[in-house]
Amino acid sequence: MSPRISRPARAGQYAALFCYLVFLAFPFLWLISTAFKPAPELGSLHPTWIPEHPTLDNFRQAFDEQPLLRAAGNSLIAALSAGVIAVVIATPMAYVMARHRSRLSAAATGWVVVSQAFPFVLLIIPLFLVLKHLHLINTLWGLIMVYVVWALPFALWMLVGYVRAVPPELEEAAAVDGAGRLRTLVSVTAPLLAPGIVATALFAFITAWNEFFFALVLLKTPEKQTLPVVLTHFIGAEGASDLGPLAAAAFLATLPSLLLFAVIQRRITGGMLAGAVKS
Amino acid sequence: MTLASATVQSGRHGPPGGPRGKGSGDINRNAGTWFLVLPALIPILILSVGPLLYGIALAFTDAQSGRTRSTQWVGVLNFQDLLHDGLFWESFRIGLVWAVGVTVPQFVLALGLALLLNENLRMRWLARALAIIPWAMPEVVVGIMWRLVYNPDAGILNETIRDLGLGDGRDWLTGLATALPAVILVGVWAGMPQTTVALLAGLQNTPHELHEAAALDGAGAWRRFRTVTWPALRPVALSITALNFIWNFNAFALVYVLTNGGPGGRTRLPMLFAYEEAFRYGQFGYAAAMGCVMVAVISVILAVYLAGRLRGGEDR
Repeated sequence: MSPRISRPARAGQYAALFCYLVFLAFPFLWLISTAFKPAPELGSLHPTWIPEHPTLDNFRQAFDEQPLLRAAGNSLIAALSAGVIAVVIATPMAYVMARHRSRLSAAATGWVVVSQAFPFVLLIIPLFLVLKHLHLINTLWGLIMVYVVWALPFALWMLVGYVRAVPPELEEAAAVDGAGRLRTLVSVTAPLLAPGIVATALFAFITAWNEFFFALVLLKTPEKQTLPVVLTHFIGAEGASDLGPLAAAAFLATLPSLLLFAVIQRRITGGMLAGAVKS
Repeated sequence: MTLASATVQSGRHGPPGGPRGKGSGDINRNAGTWFLVLPALIPILILSVGPLLYGIALAFTDAQSGRTRSTQWVGVLNFQDLLHDGLFWESFRIGLVWAVGVTVPQFVLALGLALLLNENLRMRWLARALAIIPWAMPEVVVGIMWRLVYNPDAGILNETIRDLGLGDGRDWLTGLATALPAVILVGVWAGMPQTTVALLAGLQNTPHELHEAAALDGAGAWRRFRTVTWPALRPVALSITALNFIWNFNAFALVYVLTNGGPGGRTRLPMLFAYEEAFRYGQFGYAAAMGCVMVAVISVILAVYLAGRLRGGEDR
């Protein structure tokens, strides 16, 4: 990008990039390495990068020790519901925010900014009390409600960007052709928004799948707990023999969000770049 | 709570409320607007704005869990108690050290990486791919992963130290002196990618012609950065730094998994403190007061951020 770069400077850039690559990658590689090591190698005082006798025992042991499948099921239900419900209720509002200048839009925008700054403890105590009154503590429904509202600010912001990318002229043309407001939305705008809506839903899914604090507070019994909460049960007994299953479970828990993120990453960063470029 | 860096991006260029189309059509269309807004507005009011106000109100009561006597208003008693609560202020101090300690190196490292990724380097794609890993990972997994790295015997950090002949290594997360720096390093690692992407977006916004003109005038790399790149990047940098500071100050999961506030409270961030106060000891009112103090501090920072953003707007 920059004009004329000398060879030593170029070499320095590659050296720096290499350092970044190592820094970013090594903890993750170590997690994978640990997950596939048999117990004797984990107990060794001189750990190696590559397991000498790679094994899947840790994965089996992880499933034996903690109810991982049920926890993954709970996480899936919570994240999927949060993703779907969030976009279903956010899309109409995002449409209004993008197309109409009103006090409501301004207030919603302010709320999006402010909500980024909540210390969650100030939110979770009253939520805990409210959900307790509604008998929704220790239920996935209570958690899903919290996740939906928690995902809304960002979902709104993403969707507003996608709506504004649809030229209003298209809608006006449909209106001229005699289509009603709802008809215009459904047949003209919605199809063009679909990829953005899917990306937003996936993003809400990932954040809910990864979320820990609300789940920790709201879910009491192991049968209801989500994957991140159950993962913390592996910690506690500090013995070296637990490292393998801990690593294995952690590795598995991260795969879904990693894969989904890889799918939508281009859309997210692409949207950010677009937002930065056009004033 | 990840990725509001994108928020920064879109937010900087005018509020989403500003229509690009004509304003004239709005009047006859406004009738249906409420119908479209309510599905999102009602949950927001009931589960977000409402609880926030309720939480502030709780700070002025003696609310506790599992008590039969009804909750009473106690005025500013909780805040008076907080004023004399040495443990809280110690955790507040740790929170500030942690927030600054994470935010500043995070920004410096992210800026370096963004500048590199903006160059035409061969392994750029790999760095971009790797950068999504910390971003997409559950914080709990990030914490677990670094526990494995820091493990005194079976961890790679001490093994590397032993290999390099720098000693036997130590138990980083339980050492009184090393625990906070150790968790700060994890915080930097975990948050760097988002900052990098936001800064990269800002960099691609800098006018390329200016860069070339400055180079033709004989400006070196540092001068080009100072006179061309930085002024264009400043608003993005300010926004992302303010948001990072706020997020870091409110951090919970990472440190909960790494040290759970130990050893001896050396890594007990304000959120961990308030969480324990509320859900271990059941002191809802007192914990809510802590939350209010945290909001007050954050509001000051947010005000600075918004003021800076406005000034950034005038620059254009």
